[in-house]
Formats: sequence, C-alpha cells, structure tokens
Amino acid sequence: MNDASMSAEMTANLSKSLDFDQAAKPKVVAKDVNVFYGEKQALFDVSIDIVEKSVTAFIGPSGCGKSTFLRCINRMNDTIEGCVVKGGISLDGDDIYAPSLDVVELRARVGMVFQKPNPFPKSIYENVSYGPRIHGLARGKTELDEIVESSLKRAGLWEEVKDRLNEPGTGLSGGQQQRLCIARAIAVSPEVILMDEPCSALDPIATARIEELIDELRANFTIIIVTHSMQQAARVSQRTAFFHLGILVELGATEQIFTNPSDKRTQDYITGRFG
Amino acid sequence: MATNEHIVTSFDDELNGLAQKIAEMGGIAEQQVGESVAALSRRDEALAQRVISSDKRMDQLQREIEDDATHMIARRQPMAQDLREIVAAIHIANDLERVGDLAKNTAKRVFAIEGNFAAQRLVGGVEHISEMSLAQLKHILDAYTSRDLDSALAVWKRDDEIDAMYTSLFRELLTYMMEDPRNITFCTHLLFCAKNIERIGDHATNIAETIHYLVTGIPLTDERPKKDESSVTTVEYSDADD
Repeated sequence: MNDASMSAEMTANLSKSLDFDQAAKPKVVAKDVNVFYGEKQALFDVSIDIVEKSVTAFIGPSGCGKSTFLRCINRMNDTIEGCVVKGGISLDGDDIYAPSLDVVELRARVGMVFQKPNPFPKSIYENVSYGPRIHGLARGKTELDEIVESSLKRAGLWEEVKDRLNEPGTGLSGGQQQRLCIARAIAVSPEVILMDEPCSALDPIATARIEELIDELRANFTIIIVTHSMQQAARVSQRTAFFHLGILVELGATEQIFTNPSDKRTQDYITGRFG
Repeated sequence: MATNEHIVTSFDDELNGLAQKIAEMGGIAEQQVGESVAALSRRDEALAQRVISSDKRMDQLQREIEDDATHMIARRQPMAQDLREIVAAIHIANDLERVGDLAKNTAKRVFAIEGNFAAQRLVGGVEHISEMSLAQLKHILDAYTSRDLDSALAVWKRDDEIDAMYTSLFRELLTYMMEDPRNITFCTHLLFCAKNIERIGDHATNIAETIHYLVTGIPLTDERPKKDESSVTTVEYSDADD
C-alpha cells in the first residue's frame, strides 16, 4: 500500500482535485504527518492544507486514521500513552508541536466537539462561561454574561435555555446538549473547531439543527468534521478528504468527491463497495 | 457497469434492473423506427398500427424507470458512479421515449397519406435518412451497453451527416411540390416524417452526451457540428411564364 507508485498516484490525485481553490488561504497546514501507537503506525505521510473559514470533512472506514489525524490538530493525542506524532502541523504558520507551545492555549484556539455530548455536570451557564473565565476573556460578570448569551445564540440554543440557565446542562436533550457543547467550544473564540462525529448520537432533527449551525459557523471559524455519514459530509462540507489504511487517499471539492472521485478507492468506499 | 459489486447486493440488482429496462426500451425504439419507415414506404397500415401500439410499452417502461430511479435515490442515496448511472438512466429513458413518439408520429402519417398515389421515388430519400438514423440509434445503444466512450463520441460527431441529408431532402421535397401541386399533401407528410427521423438522430446525440457524463463524470459542453440548414433554406420558384 505504501510503495512509491501509489504515493505518486496519490499526489497526482491531490493536485488534480485541488486546482479549484489555489487562492484559498490555508489555516492549518500538515506536512508528512506520521503517527504511531507504539509499534503500530496509524498514519502515513499525511500532508494537507485546511482552508480557513470553510468546512472540511474527513471520511473513511473505521480505523482509517481520520480521527487520529483530527486529534493531532489540537494535540489530543498527547494524552494517549505510547502515541508518537512525527512531521509538522502548523496553525497560521506556528508549529503546534514546538516545545515552547502552550498546549492549553492551543486548545483554546482549536476547540473540539465530541461524538457523545459531554456537558460538564454543572449549570448551562457554567458550561459556557467556564472556558472564557479560565482563559481570562471576560472582565467581570456583565462581559461574561454577554459571552454566554452570544455563544448560546450562535449555537442556536439561546431561545430554548434562556429561562433556565442555572439548570444542569446534563438535563437537556441530546441535541440540545450537543449544541451546548458547541456553545462551550465557541465561547473561547477559537479559530478552528474540530468535530468528531458530532451527530452520530442524535436524531435527524437534532442532526439537521447541528448541520445548519455548522453552515452558519463557517463564516467565522475553520471547521473540520469527521463523519461516517457520507450524506452529512456531502451536505455540510466544502472540501472532503478520504482516508484509507492511514493514508490520505484523496482530497477535493466535496461536489467532485461525491460525483466524480479521482481515486478508485474513494469511489468504492462512497458507493458502498468496500468490505 | 462498475466491475466490482456493492456490499448490499440488492442495490446491484436494482441497478441491473434499470439497465435492463433501458435495453428493452432501446430494442423497442429500434424496431419502431425501422417498422415506421417500412410501413411508410409500403403503405402498410397493419405494420403502422403495430408501431403505434408498441408505444404504450415505451411509455410504461419510461415511467417504471423514473419510479425505480426515484426510489433508488431516496433509499440508497447513491454517490459517484452509482449516482451517474441513475441520472443517466432517467435521461436516456426520456430520450428513448421521445424516439418512440417520433416513430409513432411517422406511423400515423401512413394513414393520412392513404390514397395518395405519388411516385414511390419520393419515399426513397426518407428511407435513406432513416437508415442513417437507425444506425446511429443502434450504435449509441451498443455504446451505452458497453460504456464505450469512443463510439459514443463517434455517434455524436456523425450526426451532422443526418442534418446535411435532411437539408437536401428538404430541398428535394420542395422541388417536387413545385413541380406538381398534387404532390403537396404527400410531400408535406414526408417532410414531417423526415423531420421526425432527423430528430431521432438528435436524441442519439443526446444519449451520447449522457454516456460521456456517465463514463467521465464531466458534462460534454462542446458545440456539436450542425448541418441542418433547412430553417434557412429556400427554393426559388423558377416558372417564369406565370
């Protein structure tokens, strides 16, 4: 899988599909990223530019490395025993693996929303205000209130919770909890939001709300979403990257990937021909 | 057809079913076109009636293909090649249904020209153009079955021959009408038949464009060479005695 001809072919596919947005500004740039879990190599030479203020979807079968790669971008893999990341990832040109980098600050710039909604066991208000408070983003209660309100509004949750901000976040429905987690993520004004299958535990209506929200958020944030739903990737993203066996197989405009992919592996996966 | 199969085999069955229905429509269309012109040149009303009746099956098949395709889109959410297969099937069924309608229209004129004793030589040109259209139709159906882009493009390019033939037939029939006004009814019907047949060629090129999209994923946007000049053609009335 990893021989020279395949990587040459891969490069050809990448450059071909990317003609469409050469002018777009890259927010996150990964170069030759290799990830190991102990002996096992999970990612092979992944190089990708993530365009700012757009949605990039990562798709691929389970174990293809898409979540692993997502977690490299805010260094969540640091917490995994035996995980080694090689190669370079930069955010606006700053090497995020530089020894001098403050990981806490990085995670304020690169927020994350997980598969299962995971509000803190605190009030709705505290869920959203916690981040801005510890990062010192608000001077006083009034400003904090404003951040909480605007974050909840941008997450499309304000109308539903404004009269019960002191109730526990865990008392909300699944879809509301996920929007609360998004409000919590955007409260610290991140630049990039990583979403790891954010709708897989939600019903179709809650899913539609989150998708609508993603579409609104991309005006101000760079969003990367990992999803197992091809339809979701097709609906919400502008660019799609297909991973397979730890390799970034193809990256292109979402429309092109889903109607006319360049690589046979992409075609086989998205049309349901993979074993 | 894609070489390897889907994990969900019933999806393959559905795609194959769609292609089979297109093949059936193609077979009927070829038969209709051939028989409609045979009926015209022999004034064979029984044969003409058969062409007219077989159009019901065409309409039914087209509806079935549309229904099947809609259900597949709703249930399978097809992507990439699969999506193009289904979209192509809808387009091609539509074109073939129109081919059937045009053949049916030709067949109906067999009844209208009954009792007209114009010379058989007038029909010769229509027979000739229909041979060309029928060959185009046959080639394009083969190209669809084998997903053969090159032969689809060959059909696409060759349509200008039919157009040129139609333009010259147009002149010829106008000339006959001027020669003897008793030819007018018959020649007008023949002209419509020729136009029907020329349109069948156009549908073959539509199918060629669909095959291009189906195989490559890219729409064929080039302007096709056109030689149908009948819309700007005039024939001077040369009888100076009048």
